[in-house]
Amino acid sequence: MALLEIENLSVSFQTSGGMFRAVHDISLTCDQGEILSIVGESGSGKSVAMLALMGLLPWTASVEAKRLAFQGNDLRAMGPRARRKVIGREMAMIFQEPMSSLNPCFTVGFQLGESLRKHLGLGRKERREKAIELLKQVGIPAPEKRLNVFPHQLSGGMSQRVMIAMALACDPKLLIADEPTTALDVTIQAQILELLVDLQKKKDMALILITHDMGVVAETAERVQVQYAGEKVEEQHVKDLFADPHHPYTAALLAALPERATDKRLPAIPGVVPGQYDRPEGCLFSPRCRYADDLCRRSVKRQGPEFGGALCNYPLVNGRPTGKEEANAMDDVTS
Amino acid sequence: MALEESISEEAAEELARNETPARRSGLSEFWYYFSENRGAVAGLVVFALLVLVAILAPLLAPHDPNIQFDNAQLLPPAWTSGGEWRFFLGTDAVGRDIFSRLIYGSRFSLFIGIVVVAIALLGGVTVGLIAGYVRGWLDTLIMRIMDVILAFPSLLLALVLVAVLGPGLVNAMIAIAIVLQPHFVRLTRAAVIGEIDREYVISARVAGASPFYLMTRTLLPNCLGPVIVQAALSFSNAILDAAALGFLGMGAQPPTPEWGTMLAESREFILKAWWAVTFPGLAILVTVLAINLMGDGLRDALDPKLKRS
Amino acid sequence: MSEHVLEARDLARFYETSSGAFAKPATVRALDGASFDLEAGRTLAIVGESGCGKSTLARVLTMIEPPSRGELTIDGRTVSGKADPKLRQAIQIVFQNPFGSLNPRQKIGAILEEPLKLNTDVKARERKRRGLAMLERVGLRAEHYERYPHMFSGGQRQRIAIARALMLQPRVLVLDEPVSALDVSIQAQVLNILNDLQEEFGLAYVFISHDLSVVRHIADEILIMYLGRVVEHGSAKEVFAHPTHPYTAALLSATPVADPTREKNRIPLTGELPSPLDPPPGCPFNPRCWKAQADCTRAFPPDTGEAGHFAACYHPLAENETTA
Repeated sequence: MALLEIENLSVSFQTSGGMFRAVHDISLTCDQGEILSIVGESGSGKSVAMLALMGLLPWTASVEAKRLAFQGNDLRAMGPRARRKVIGREMAMIFQEPMSSLNPCFTVGFQLGESLRKHLGLGRKERREKAIELLKQVGIPAPEKRLNVFPHQLSGGMSQRVMIAMALACDPKLLIADEPTTALDVTIQAQILELLVDLQKKKDMALILITHDMGVVAETAERVQVQYAGEKVEEQHVKDLFADPHHPYTAALLAALPERATDKRLPAIPGVVPGQYDRPEGCLFSPRCRYADDLCRRSVKRQGPEFGGALCNYPLVNGRPTGKEEANAMDDVTS
Repeated sequence: MALEESISEEAAEELARNETPARRSGLSEFWYYFSENRGAVAGLVVFALLVLVAILAPLLAPHDPNIQFDNAQLLPPAWTSGGEWRFFLGTDAVGRDIFSRLIYGSRFSLFIGIVVVAIALLGGVTVGLIAGYVRGWLDTLIMRIMDVILAFPSLLLALVLVAVLGPGLVNAMIAIAIVLQPHFVRLTRAAVIGEIDREYVISARVAGASPFYLMTRTLLPNCLGPVIVQAALSFSNAILDAAALGFLGMGAQPPTPEWGTMLAESREFILKAWWAVTFPGLAILVTVLAINLMGDGLRDALDPKLKRS
Repeated sequence: MSEHVLEARDLARFYETSSGAFAKPATVRALDGASFDLEAGRTLAIVGESGCGKSTLARVLTMIEPPSRGELTIDGRTVSGKADPKLRQAIQIVFQNPFGSLNPRQKIGAILEEPLKLNTDVKARERKRRGLAMLERVGLRAEHYERYPHMFSGGQRQRIAIARALMLQPRVLVLDEPVSALDVSIQAQVLNILNDLQEEFGLAYVFISHDLSVVRHIADEILIMYLGRVVEHGSAKEVFAHPTHPYTAALLSATPVADPTREKNRIPLTGELPSPLDPPPGCPFNPRCWKAQADCTRAFPPDTGEAGHFAACYHPLAENETTA
C-alpha cells in the first residue's frame, strides 16, 4: 500500500470571471522513503494540488477527489479534528518564502516550542532540549544561541532550515517541499537540497518536491510527475524522463533549457500557458504543440504506463511521435 | 530575414490565441466587486435618488422652502391627527413646509460635500505628493503640522476656525476642508512612498522624466485608489460636520434650509413638535449612512488586497 | 576592433546607514571597485548571489545613483553630476519583475512613446509610428497598442519593457535579471528576442543574472562578483572552462544541471554570506574558502592571471584542479 494516494483530484476557484479549474483530475501515489518531484511552470497547479491535500486553500476553492488517502485512511472521511492530527504531524509542508513563513513577532525557539507543545505535548524543559536537537539536525551552528533569535535576524537559508526543523518536529512520514529553494541563492540552494535528501534518507520519509527547476529535479528526484495547466501530462523515473520524454510538452521544455541548447537560438515553445478564459478544447497543450493535429484539438487520451501515462494522442518515443504514421507521411509529401 | 520571419510567425501564433477576451475590462471588474457588496449597492441607489432630488428640487417641492404659511405653525405630519395633506411632513414653528425644506436642503448637503471634498482632496493630494516625493526635512515639517491638526477633535477645530473666520456656510466649508485635509495628505504620502521605488517609476526616471512629470503623470494616477475611498468617506463627514456647525449656529444661517440649521431652529420644540427635529435628523442619517455604505463598496472594489482571484 | 561603448574604472558605491541616534553610522560598501570595458554588439554578464552588488552596479551604470568613487564613460561621454540628455539616451535598463516595470495606469502605446516624449521633440504621429514598429519588432501586434499592462502575461510584459528601453536607440542596455521571473518556455522566447535585437541594432548588453546556465548561453564576457567586489573577470568560455577563483568554481559546481546521469561533484561551501556591514578583512571570500591561508585575511588580493582572464585571489586554482 502506498503512503499517499490521490486519485482524480480537482480544485476549482471562484473568481470574478466564474469558476476557474486550477487542478484537473490529478492522480499521484507516493511510497514511503521515495522522492517524488512534481514539476511544472506557473499555472500548472503543482502547488494548489498539495495545498488542497493539506487543507490550506482559501474558502473560495472547492476540492473534489475520487480518493484522498494517507496510510490507507481516507482523509475526506475524517473529522476536522482527526485530520488536524494527521496534517502537521504525519504530513508536513515547507514553503518557498522562508522569510514570511515564520512569525516575525516571536523568537525561533518559541515558535519551535509551540509546534512541539501542540503536537507532542512536551514540558518546557523537554521542549527546549528537543528544539536544540532539531536545530542541530538541520545543520544550524550553535543552536542554543539561535533559540533566542528573531526571524529577521536570520538569513534566508537559515530561516529555511528552521522551517525544516519545525516540519520535522513530529517525525512526519511525508514532507512536502513547495519550491523550497527558489528564493535562495545557488550555493545556499545546494546546501538545503542536500540537507533535505539527507534527512529523507535518514528518517526514511517520503519527500514530495515541488519545483519548476529542471536542474533541481535532475539532481534530487527519483520519480517525476510533469504538470501542465492543471493537468498531469506524464510521469516517469527521472533518468528515463530526461533521456526519453514521452509528452511533447516535457520534450519541448527540456529543449528550451539554455544549457541544452546547441545553437544561439533556443527552441522556444511558442505561445503561453492557457489562462482562465482561453482554454482550448481537447489537449490543453495542442495550441503550442508542434505535433498537434485536428484530433488533438478535439480530444486527448491518457496513454498506459509504457508511455509514462502521457496525456497525449501521439506520445513521443525517442523524440518521434507514435501512432501518427499516416500524418507523418503526409507531412513528408507536402514538404 | 529568416530570423525576422520566424519571430513574427511565433508571435502571431501566440497572439492569435490571446485574442479571446483576456480579462474583464477595468470597469466591469470594478462593478463586479462593488456589486458583491449589497449594502454598497443600496447606498448607491439612495445616493443617486438624493442627487436626483437635489437637481429636481423646484419640481418636486410642493412649496417654496421659505414661504411662511399663516395659521399653519407647527402642523404635525399629514398622517397624524391634525395634519394636513398639503404639508406632508408637517410645518415648523414659523409655518414653513418641512418636506419642501428637506428637499431643498439636499442641495446644500451635496454642495457642501462636493466643495469640501474638492478643497481637501486638491490640497491634501498636492501636499502629500510633495511630502512623499521630496522626503527629508520638508516631509517631516509637513507631517508634524498634519499631526497637530489631527490632534484636535475635528469639530472643535472647525468651531475655532469658524469663530476666527466668522460664521457662515462658506467659512464653515473652508474650516471643515482644513480639518479633513490631513487624511488625504497622509494617504497620498503613504501611497507615494509605496510606489516610488517600484520599477516603473525608476524606469521613467531612467527615461529622463522630470520630478514634476514623475509626480503628476507617473505617481499620481497610481496613488488615487485609496484616496478615492477616503474622498467618499470624507463626503459624509463633511455633511455631518456641516450639519453640526449649522446646529451650533456657526454654519449656514437661518433661514437657509440646511438640515443642521433646521435642527437648531427646532431645538426648543423638541418635546412639543417631534417631527420638526426628527425628519431633518433622519435625512442626515440616511444620507450619511448611504454614502458610508457606498464608500465601503468602493474600498472593496478598489483595494486590491481584499480581492480574490 | 570596435570602440568601447561602456568604460567603467574603479566604480564604487557606498551607503551610510544609521542604526539609531547614538550609534556610529556604518558604511556599507555595496560596490567596491568594478572596472571593465564593453564593446558594441557584445554581452557582459555580471554574476553573483544576492548582496554581491550586481544590482547596485546596474543602478550606477544607468545613472539612477551617482558612484561614490570611480569613473564611468558611456559612448565616449564621461558621466558627471550634470544632466546630459545625450548621455541619458545612450543607456537604458530592463528590470527583473515584469509586473512592476510597466506603469499600470498607462496604455502600452503611452508607455512606449514616453521616452521619446520626454527626451525628443518628435511629433506625435512619428512617435506612434516608431512605437508601433518597435512593438512589432518584439513580437507583439498593433492592436496591443491601446491596451493596459494587466492584460498581458509576464513574458509579453517583459517584451514591452524591452521595446520601451529601445525607443531611444541606446547603445547599451542594462538587463537586470530580465528572465529570472519567467517560466522556462517563456524565458527562451525572450532570450531569442534579445539575441535578435542585439544583432540588428549592434547593442551592447550588461546582463545581470544569478542563473549560470542562462549566462553561459548568452554571455561573451563574464564578471563574477562577491560582496561588492569583482573576484573574477574573463571571457565566458574561459571562465566556465577553467574558473580560477575558488568562489567561481564553487558557484559553478553548485548550479544544478538538468542531467540526472551526470556525476555530482560538488564543492561543499560551508557558511553563509557575511554581513555587508561587517565584511571579513582581506579577501571577502576567505571565511568560506577551502583554500584560504593566513595571507588571505591581510588585504584584498590583486588581480592574477593573463590575457583577459583575471581573478582576485592569492591562491588561484590551477587548470587541472577545476576540471574535476
